[in-house]
Amino acid sequence: MSAVDAGTKETAGAFRAQAIAFALMLAFFLVAPYFVYPVFLMKVLCFALFACAFNLLVGYVGLLSFGHAAFMGMAAYFCGHAAKAWGLPPGVSILIGTLGATLLGIVIGALAIRRQGIYFAMITLALSQMVYFFCLEAKFTGGEDGIQGIPQGKLFGLIGLDKMMPLYFTVLVIFLAGFLLIYRTIHSPFGQVLKAIRENEPRAISLGYRVDQYKLLAFVLSAALAGLAGATKSIVFQLAALTDVHWSMSGEVVLMALVGGLGTVYGPVVGALILVTMEQYLATLGSWVTVVQGGIFVACVLLFRRGVVGELARLLKTAL
Amino acid sequence: MKKLLLLSALAFGLGAASAHAEITVKIGDLSDMSSLYADVSGPDGISAVKLAVEDFDPAKNGMKVEIVSADHQNKPDVGAGIARQWYDVDHVDAIVDVPNSGVALAVSQVTQEKNKVFLISGAASSDLTGSKCTPNNVHWTYDTWALAHGTGGAIVANGGKTWFFLTSDYAFGHALEHDTAAVVEAAGGKVLGQVLHPLNTSDFSSFLLQAQASKAQVIGLANAGGDTINSIKQAAEFGIVKGGQKLAGLLVFLSDVHALGLQTAQGLTITTAYYWDLNDKTRKFAERMAAMNHGKYPTMIMAGIYSETLHYLEAVKRVGSAADGRKVVDSMKSVTYEDPLFGPTVLRVDGTAEHAMYLVEVKKPSESKGPYDLFKVVAKIPPDKAFRPLADEKGMCPLVK
Amino acid sequence: MVQIFGIPSAALFGQLLIGLINGSFYALLSLGLAVIFGLLNIINFAHGALYMVGAFLAWMLLAYFGVSYWWALLIAPLVVALIGVALERCFLRWIYKLDHLYGLLLTFGLALVIQGLFQNEYGSAGQPYVIPDGLQGGYALGFMYLPVYRAWVVAASVVVCFATWLVIERTKLGAYLRAATENPALVQAFGINVPRMITLTYAFGVALAALGGVMAAPIYQVSPLMGSDLIIVVFAVVVIGGMGSIMGSILTGFGLGVMEGLTKVFYPEASSTVIFVIMAIVLLIKPAGLFGRRG
Repeated sequence: MSAVDAGTKETAGAFRAQAIAFALMLAFFLVAPYFVYPVFLMKVLCFALFACAFNLLVGYVGLLSFGHAAFMGMAAYFCGHAAKAWGLPPGVSILIGTLGATLLGIVIGALAIRRQGIYFAMITLALSQMVYFFCLEAKFTGGEDGIQGIPQGKLFGLIGLDKMMPLYFTVLVIFLAGFLLIYRTIHSPFGQVLKAIRENEPRAISLGYRVDQYKLLAFVLSAALAGLAGATKSIVFQLAALTDVHWSMSGEVVLMALVGGLGTVYGPVVGALILVTMEQYLATLGSWVTVVQGGIFVACVLLFRRGVVGELARLLKTAL
Repeated sequence: MKKLLLLSALAFGLGAASAHAEITVKIGDLSDMSSLYADVSGPDGISAVKLAVEDFDPAKNGMKVEIVSADHQNKPDVGAGIARQWYDVDHVDAIVDVPNSGVALAVSQVTQEKNKVFLISGAASSDLTGSKCTPNNVHWTYDTWALAHGTGGAIVANGGKTWFFLTSDYAFGHALEHDTAAVVEAAGGKVLGQVLHPLNTSDFSSFLLQAQASKAQVIGLANAGGDTINSIKQAAEFGIVKGGQKLAGLLVFLSDVHALGLQTAQGLTITTAYYWDLNDKTRKFAERMAAMNHGKYPTMIMAGIYSETLHYLEAVKRVGSAADGRKVVDSMKSVTYEDPLFGPTVLRVDGTAEHAMYLVEVKKPSESKGPYDLFKVVAKIPPDKAFRPLADEKGMCPLVK
Repeated sequence: MVQIFGIPSAALFGQLLIGLINGSFYALLSLGLAVIFGLLNIINFAHGALYMVGAFLAWMLLAYFGVSYWWALLIAPLVVALIGVALERCFLRWIYKLDHLYGLLLTFGLALVIQGLFQNEYGSAGQPYVIPDGLQGGYALGFMYLPVYRAWVVAASVVVCFATWLVIERTKLGAYLRAATENPALVQAFGINVPRMITLTYAFGVALAALGGVMAAPIYQVSPLMGSDLIIVVFAVVVIGGMGSIMGSILTGFGLGVMEGLTKVFYPEASSTVIFVIMAIVLLIKPAGLFGRRG
């Protein structure tokens, strides 16, 4: 998959641009909850993390997964079950959810990595469909009703998460942790090898890199962070439902990454913000949301392949 | 001079404030507006809310009432999200209707958390006033226990001893199947098996075949709305009724029978809380609704929406404000109603509205004189027999001492 | 009552028949998808949406114009073919040079638009469509009850699939098509209008989907969501059969329908998953598919 050339040299200019972008993003999310409904912002943050995790795989390794909802949704279910049925505190529950997604990532990744391109996408789709039907049947997921009334509890036994602001800042911290982890991964030697694999896999193999191991590690990391997003979301909304594991959720995250800019660092965040906002404000118009989403897909593929941040990066001649 | 100006401004302000001591109430109609339950409640339910507000006459009572509505798309996360947003941001005081018990359970939790009022009409699960009861729930129209004992009881009494269930795989279907199975077994009958189908299924052929293979005397349809219509139609296609098995529509609405047509639906036994042709008051309500809804007559869900909205507004007036949901619901529980559509009604401590239920049978095509002349009343179930006795709820619902 | 493996024969044959019926739709749709992928190299996610449009056209023809099912079998595919031509000319031809995945994303977007528009107008519950006169009723076969309409669906699908296979594999037109798949530039050099062939191929592929839609209308209820649930399964069928192989799609379509039916008898909860399990296995062992020619 030919993604945006994220291999632009890391000049001082690029670094400064990214620092400004990070500062802007941080400022926005610190100030916004005082003006905008915090639950809406928390939704944005969870989806932004999900999209960033997805983008790690497609933008930097070149693997388009069409089944990422499986990780987000399973983590939500595990976390919800841990918090509700086992009565564990939220921090531990989120960890359990993330761990569950990681394990699932190892299993699915090990199978899917063997193929590339369209076949990789198809395998991830098939395997995530199996996860969906498992969730439909399994007792602990509650089927169509989902796991409801997930308690928000007390973080570290001190901070009550049933209050709006403590919950918001907890989610923000989780998002930033995930985001920075991804950033560090991309700009590390590991990340460089991933880019090399994406550019020219046979060459990377000939240079002696164990390509499959790198790809699997990236896949598992992406799955784990998607799981972190899902588990956090289940605590915020106190619900884990089938929509979280349905293939249309996988499609949505592809759209977020595409609209924001595949292979850019801030693209998925922008994409998530745009799409969640759009869904919120068009919700009263019912099915027009689907039409508009479809229209955006078409427009992005035909005209706008670099996405918002990608185009911005091109204009500023830097890497974002 | 300045002091005088200040004082007079203050007096004017105070005077204005006391003159406008108006109570504002915002009601949100949350329903399935586009999918399989859209005809049994959906957009037409909003007319019922409007009629209730009109009949209450807010201006005369010093109140201002606003109505909003939304589509929960049969998804608990969407429904809960809308409820939360309505309560937190849009200052909605009460949510009404919510067909789909899975969504209703989620909304019920949010409502309790925010101490607002949940006026349930569409949802059926008896858990809403049983194991999941809350002091903010008002479950007005019907529930799965009433249906199970009404329809289920009647069919078992008529000789339907062996049952096979075709169940909608979510909260409502499970509750209805569970309550009906209890009735069957208590009467000495036997449940031979069940098959679960996803919500909003269009092809029941493989499920119906399993029902046929079980050789049960009765195939219990523990589903509703579009699913029931499809089950009944396809059962006819596969010659199931011709083969001697009886279909038990455990939850069937007037709109379903209208869509099926009397030819297909004749003979079905149904339990209902409201039918338009019972008396003058019910007929008047139906005419008013039909005028607002392109000639469609109201289902019992819409009648329930009307009644509970009306009584909710009356309670808000008595309490003086809509802010404390529990207080308003407690006030509703303190009155015995002579309800225009449901007759003598008492709102019990667990949130169930106890009123009479009616066992009806779908007319034969020759017996019907109009497009909605579809039911004939077979029996009236008195209020104290229609709903689960409070004594049985000790240990289930903490509100029942 | 005859029992096979402890299951009454009525149940077994009944589920097998239903499996065959589902399989007919899988075969019809995956056939169109395989044809389109074979020549255009595009994974047409919009296939499900166009199947739905076919069903809706049949319903609209009956509800608004009183036009019967038999005419709809002809008219709906033609109309959808025209829509297909428009889609191909306006959207698809810009992305042939790009990676496969962009085609998937573009057609996914088109599918969302089409589905959303119908959902807006008609909601998500199904519209009823009566079984046409002449195909009503059923045969009491003793070991099971066979509705006439469903038997017709299986028979018609087999005929259409076989006819399509015949055209593509055994006629001159089909030969040109297959040659253009292998080497479009060379075929163009021989004077054949390859772009026009591509457009017509896409139109034909989606017309097959629409035909499936019309046949599905009396069975599945006409609903805007009917395509999206089906499309994922159809993908699985095409992948398992082999992405460019016509016969592969047909045989796999019917075969998987039967497998689904059998699973419903013995282990109903797994019936929706079994197709994806097979898909995953095939992808891992032989990614070209059971009958695939391409690597």
